[in-house]
Amino acid sequence: MTQRARQIGDALLKVEGVHLSFGGVKALSDVSFEIREHEILAIIGPNGAGKSSMLNVINGFYHPQEGTITYKGETRKRMKPHAAAKTGIARTFQNIALFRGMSTLDNIMTGRLLKMRRNFLWQALYWGPAKNEEMAHRASVERIIDFLEIQSIRRTPVGRLPYGLQKRVELGRALAAEPDLLLLDEPMAGMNVEEKEDMCRFVLDVNDEFGTTIALIEHDMSVVMDISDRVVVLDYGRKIADGTPDQVRADRVVIDAYLGVSHDQSETAEQA
Amino acid sequence: MEILNAFFVAPFVDMGSDYIFFAEVVIAGVLTGVMYSLVALGFVLIFKASGVFNFSQGVMVLFAALTLVGLMEHGAPVWLALIGTVLVMIALAFAVEWVMLRRLVNQEEIVLFMSTIGLSFVLQGLGEMVWGSNVKALDIGIPSEPFEVGGILLNEFDLFAAASGAVLVGVLAVFFHYTRIGRALRAVADDHQAALSVGIPLRTIWIIVWSVAGMVGLVAGIMWGAKSGVQFSLSLIALKALPVLILGGFTSVPGAIVGGLIIGVGEKIAEIYWGPLFGGAIENWFAYVLALVFLLFRPQGLFGEKIIERV
Ligand SMILES: Nc1ncnc2c1ncn2[C@@H]1O[C@H](COP(=O)(O)OP(=O)(O)OP(=O)(O)O)[C@@H](O)[C@H]1O
Ligand SMILES: [Mg+2]
Repeated sequence: MTQRARQIGDALLKVEGVHLSFGGVKALSDVSFEIREHEILAIIGPNGAGKSSMLNVINGFYHPQEGTITYKGETRKRMKPHAAAKTGIARTFQNIALFRGMSTLDNIMTGRLLKMRRNFLWQALYWGPAKNEEMAHRASVERIIDFLEIQSIRRTPVGRLPYGLQKRVELGRALAAEPDLLLLDEPMAGMNVEEKEDMCRFVLDVNDEFGTTIALIEHDMSVVMDISDRVVVLDYGRKIADGTPDQVRADRVVIDAYLGVSHDQSETAEQA
Repeated sequence: MEILNAFFVAPFVDMGSDYIFFAEVVIAGVLTGVMYSLVALGFVLIFKASGVFNFSQGVMVLFAALTLVGLMEHGAPVWLALIGTVLVMIALAFAVEWVMLRRLVNQEEIVLFMSTIGLSFVLQGLGEMVWGSNVKALDIGIPSEPFEVGGILLNEFDLFAAASGAVLVGVLAVFFHYTRIGRALRAVADDHQAALSVGIPLRTIWIIVWSVAGMVGLVAGIMWGAKSGVQFSLSLIALKALPVLILGGFTSVPGAIVGGLIIGVGEKIAEIYWGPLFGGAIENWFAYVLALVFLLFRPQGLFGEKIIERV
């Protein structure tokens, strides 16, 4: 683990006793953990463990049958995704959800939608304060583009970009909202080694420079061990471990349930 | 030889020899086309934002016109009746979101489509129950004096209709391109999940889109109703919107406009110059044939994105 500038604080978000099922399938059973301010938390577990479901519960895409989420001191049972976005939660998706018809620039600009305030008449006229505001948004989007090193594709419709770059644009759109909590669902899946290294650097830099709290799902154990402050392990919808990377790595249950299995998988995947 | 001449030579000779009459035919076509465009525009807006093929768009035109006439018959001045109708169309958007979209979200497209068929029956029944089913004249005081420009006979009403159509389209274009709501709408049209994650409330967008489609319907209803009376057949212009959509692409606003104009002008010209060869009345089916032929060459429509099969 690297030495980082930010001091990890108290719990920013607390998940307590969450149960979620789809018909007969139990996706999450009695899951509790917390995400602390300024930390990078990794959520790991075998396929189908309920990791994505957990993120979906946190930002309101799924509504758990039982349990609560406490975010910034406010406890709630259900939340709508757009309301979650308003309170500063941004995310990316396992299967990339970009506005495929729009350019990189427009995609990232859309991430700032909630920050745009001027009423529409002003905007329609593209005049005075509205123009200034538009310029300010533009400037901050350009900063993100520079930060993610995607200047060369700013005008390209994202549907035409290779997978790795799409993931980067998606991260850019999430960053544009200047979130307090950033949820990343397998941000490095399907990337080559070099792309993975870039992505790791971006995640660490975001955390360092803006103090953004990050919860990410990742299958590559070396990445997880490198960048996360803490790790939560899910298996069959249950939490089986929770601690620093070193603690989790040494945990017998985790080794049995997860590491053994996934090691074989990731090795064969890499050879393939 | 005779036949070839009748189909491929004589009509063009006619057009050239009496070009003033030809101009009048084209202008009449443009005006009809504007109506088609407006109806098609309503379809496109709703389809883009919610992926719903709104079968009831035509009935919405009728319903708006019926409401307007009904309010005026009850003694409301034109401006008040207009405001009242706009409010009714907005209320309708809320109701549609509340009763249909909210409950059917994530269902198959065909389910949503069926529900809009149901909606069209409800609207038609409701409109006739409240306002009666006899043919009504709609007169909101648009001048309709004929006049001449360079020998071409024009009508103030038609000019007014075309101008309002153009203004409406212009306002909508600005609204959807330069405003926050417009940006949100385009985002929703592109990807629901992503739109939600950046904080766009889907339901609000649906309500806005259905309201706008209702108002577009109202404008179409006024124009059409003032011309030929407010009656059930008004809702049938939606049938003409289908070929327009095939021509213009289901998701393209400019496509709806250009498509409407092409169909409007095309069918008028066909009716006048080729109609007699078929024994007349080809105006009713010409649009479909045009759309069908077009479909063979450009299935994605004039402005639609190229459909690329992914395997
Ligand atoms: N929308 C849904 N409808 C029905 N079942 C679902 C839904 N979402 C998730 N599930 C089920 O819940 C369980 C957990 O799925 P989830 O996607 O959360 O796993 P995951 O840990 O993210 O797996 P992976 O590593 O493959 O992404 C699975 O059995 C899955 O089939
Ligand atoms: Mg997943």
